[in-house]
Amino acid sequence: MAVKTLIIDDQLISALEEETLLQAAQAAGIHIPTLCYLEGISEVGACRLCLVEIAGSSKLHPACVTKVAEGMSVRTQSDRLQKYRRLIIEMLFAEGNHICAVCVANGHCELQQLAMDLGMDHVTLEYQFPNRLVDLSHDRFGMDHNRCVLCTRCIRVCDELEGAHIWDMAGRGTRSQVITDLNQPWGTSPTCTSCGKCVAACPTGAIFHQGSTVGEMVHERTRIEFIVNARQNHQWQF
Amino acid sequence: MGQKIVIDPVTRIEGHAKITIHLDDTGQVSDARFHVTEFRGFETFCQGRPLWEMPGITARICGICPVSHLLASAKAGDCILAVTIPLAATKLRRLMNLAQIIQSHALSFFHLSAPDLLLGMDSDPQHRNIFGLMAAFPELARGGIRLRQFGQEIIELLGGRKIHPSWAVPGGVREPLSETGRHDIREGLPEAYSTVHTALEQFKQLLHQYEREAQTFGNFPSLFMGLVTPDGQWEHYDGNLRVVDSAGNVIADRLDPAHYQDFIGEAVEPWSYLKFPYYRPLGYPSSHEHCRLDNGMYRVGPLARLNVCTRFGTPLADQELREFHDRGNGTVTSSFFYHYARLIEILGALEHIEQMMDDPDLLSTHLRANAGINQLEGVGVSEAPRGTLFHHYQVDESGLMQRLNLIIATGQNNLAMNRTVTQIARHFIHGSDIPEGMLNRVEAGIRAFDPCLSCSTHAAGQMPLHLQLFNAKGTLLNEVWRE
Repeated sequence: MAVKTLIIDDQLISALEEETLLQAAQAAGIHIPTLCYLEGISEVGACRLCLVEIAGSSKLHPACVTKVAEGMSVRTQSDRLQKYRRLIIEMLFAEGNHICAVCVANGHCELQQLAMDLGMDHVTLEYQFPNRLVDLSHDRFGMDHNRCVLCTRCIRVCDELEGAHIWDMAGRGTRSQVITDLNQPWGTSPTCTSCGKCVAACPTGAIFHQGSTVGEMVHERTRIEFIVNARQNHQWQF
Repeated sequence: MGQKIVIDPVTRIEGHAKITIHLDDTGQVSDARFHVTEFRGFETFCQGRPLWEMPGITARICGICPVSHLLASAKAGDCILAVTIPLAATKLRRLMNLAQIIQSHALSFFHLSAPDLLLGMDSDPQHRNIFGLMAAFPELARGGIRLRQFGQEIIELLGGRKIHPSWAVPGGVREPLSETGRHDIREGLPEAYSTVHTALEQFKQLLHQYEREAQTFGNFPSLFMGLVTPDGQWEHYDGNLRVVDSAGNVIADRLDPAHYQDFIGEAVEPWSYLKFPYYRPLGYPSSHEHCRLDNGMYRVGPLARLNVCTRFGTPLADQELREFHDRGNGTVTSSFFYHYARLIEILGALEHIEQMMDDPDLLSTHLRANAGINQLEGVGVSEAPRGTLFHHYQVDESGLMQRLNLIIATGQNNLAMNRTVTQIARHFIHGSDIPEGMLNRVEAGIRAFDPCLSCSTHAAGQMPLHLQLFNAKGTLLNEVWRE
């Protein structure tokens, strides 16, 4: 297993060749903001928050899907990156209906935390106020499309960890949305196992436990982490 | 760029009002109107939201009385879940509502109205505010601020924050009172009592000085409505509605608040965003019939609550209540006495809180009944500091809000506030010259009701006013703005 040496933020580090820049940075204690990334499931590089600068390249590269390379010199923090990251968060806020003060995930939301970390004290873009629906047809869970940032964590966690694949994407552009089965109410899905992994994986208050009131929706990730660890360490191979 | 839709007036602003006064051919006031020019829209944009979120969302209607909306909303939620919430949760909700009454009344009396009462209606407007009060009456002002803090801190001890706690939920409440919290409340009671006793004494002494205001500030016959217990005692959280007339006759009793639509109608006028609720059996008064005794205009709030109840249920407040009733020969009809009623309610609320303090249920952890959607409709009613508050919800089978109707205390006083403005204008305006003290007296007349629309602007000392004076042909004679 080959080891590569590279520089991230002036820090000389070594990483396995199959590792991504994000994994290498995290292992070295260097923080790169992420939103669609969730450890243990596949990376899609969709949110673009983990963009970094690589010396010799004029483009920005998503750290979650860029492999380490020998001699690479990477910057994870710069005025340009900060500006783009804040703009991405502003766009997410402007295109959905995110009312933190009355959200079930208030205080436990990755989008809200990112906005605070990036100093988003206001949104400079025009709010779109899309007309989106809430689906409470499931016995235990609810889906509020107003709060969905299309990170697709629910799709991947359901497909890759649970193996049910009830979630998928539908539509294009501003009409994109996650759907259950054949775009039917969640409660009518015959394939949903009600395992709750999508609820735990959701970074915002989009997927929540029914009955949650303001700020009560805490994303309990221990079950996902347990399964990921067990698989990585081959604990279930007999 | 696409088309831009401009919404005018600007929404979600509090405290914007204007008053128009119409003169007849002889230059006398023929009509005056109190216009509320702000629009909130909660009844519409809450449609489609989960029932569970409603207490948190509707609490945002107001920064001063969020607890009232929180409780009325949670009660409507209890109804839809079809549960009886744990007794401990009921007691804790009552405790928070009492704290809310204390803090809101303290704000109204000490921060907003005491500058008029203690510094004088005609005193220099530059100093006629809480800062002027602090300079002239430092001990009283400090006590008032501390009294409000006492109420706010009880809310924080229970709900985790002073403003907009998301603590009451359909089915109960989230957290109990802690042992240290109970200790803190006990510690704060003596100072709170002392402040309200001083204020009551001072207010009674002022009554001679303000005899003219007491006679003209909304002093007219009307109905009064409020919650009472089955035996007629003052109530703020449960109970049934009682309606009395200005002669003290009980004209309706034991009305089930859930059936409010049977006896409360809601009218609208084109010149105000605030609806005009009225007592349905007696009908909506037309603009020419406001003075008739048999119309459906009614008042809610502290004055009404003290007029409808037979006793307070605590010794000190009951003593004050007897004196209060004596001043009006049973029923007090002047809105100037809202201030007085507020102080008595603070005293009674403190006594009720003190009586609760030994109750072990306040520390209970059995606080929440879990249930799904079992009814598609629910009404939650409580007494907000400003009067009876109704939240009426309809949901679909999954618990998504289909329809809301919110009847706010300030709205129920709308007819009376308009009548008050007319009464003050007729008394103080003769001809196109607007007397110097007029603006403040009109403000003070409205302020006696402590309307919710004044929440933000009063804190700076003045309510923005737009005063227009018309002659019989509708020509604008004079106009005064106060920002």
